Amino acid sequence: MHELSLMEAVRDQALAAARAEGASRITAISLRIGSLAGVEPEALRFAHTVVMAGTIAAGAELRIEVVIARFFCESCQQGFDSEQGDCLCFRCGSFSSRLLQGRELELTSLELS
Amino acid sequence: MCRDCSCGQPAPEPLPQPTRQLPLHTALLQRNDAQAAGLRQRFEAAGVTVVNLLSSPGSGKTALLEALAQRLDPTGLAVIVGDLATDNDARRLQAAGLTAVQITTGQACHLEAPMVAEGLHLLHHQGISLEQLELLVIENVGNLVCPGAYDLGESLRVVLLSTTEGEDKPLKYAPIFHGADLVLITKIDLAEAVGFDRAAAHAAIARVAPHARVLETSARSGAGLDALINALAR
Repeated sequence: MHELSLMEAVRDQALAAARAEGASRITAISLRIGSLAGVEPEALRFAHTVVMAGTIAAGAELRIEVVIARFFCESCQQGFDSEQGDCLCFRCGSFSSRLLQGRELELTSLELS
Repeated sequence: MCRDCSCGQPAPEPLPQPTRQLPLHTALLQRNDAQAAGLRQRFEAAGVTVVNLLSSPGSGKTALLEALAQRLDPTGLAVIVGDLATDNDARRLQAAGLTAVQITTGQACHLEAPMVAEGLHLLHHQGISLEQLELLVIENVGNLVCPGAYDLGESLRVVLLSTTEGEDKPLKYAPIFHGADLVLITKIDLAEAVGFDRAAAHAAIARVAPHARVLETSARSGAGLDALINALAR
């Protein structure tokens, strides 16, 4: 359950950015979370409510874009999606260790007012 | 009623506040990652191999280090061990002749780079400098999920899977196994007793960590430990 400390990092980064912009409220926070990042979006939502309370981000909408893990198959010279992190190419059955995306833990944007 | 002039007209809807988008694209773990990069530089400058040892609780991390202590020069090996509470593991490792410092994380389910920096500080107070070490092992908090997200500046990430846990753990906890450079199947001496299917375990590891080297070890019988020492020496 490291989602709480991750959301604390989101809060600190978001508040600092909002302050620098002179914003009075943060109305939405957008994150990109890879399916191989080891993070549970529902736990992030729960932590979000807790850590934003009493700040200018209280009540902000949390938008989470889940990035499905994608590997590159050398044999097929094509990418393949793998939500569960299975590196086995569904086309040719060979293993791929080249991860193209899926470990993202990113604060993409804020909506400010 | 209108609040502005009490004219009796219905109150107007408040105007929605105009909002604006602020793109950021920052890594949530940027603070940890920056500190880990600093640690990695220190480790490389000192010429020490640093292992981040990860597994679920009870899969044999401490026992493995106790067994390594009997086979390696203990003056070249130090351990930073993380647990939620107690210094039991550090005391076990010290009893095995190793220099070990305990980091208690309280509620945190994983080690972060600043905690490793604190561990280095504690080692320094015991008169241990990085330069005199060949191998520094960071024994992470027992947990197959959260520690995988945190770079500690290590040169090698080693994930343990014990025979008593079942062969399909790598498929259930793919993210942490995917990050492994080396996977150890521990307690291999118990494989037969617990009906452990070796082929299924190797197949499961290959599916989520095809790049990782895999070794079977037993802290009790000593099986695979020489191969492990070779792998760590690289």
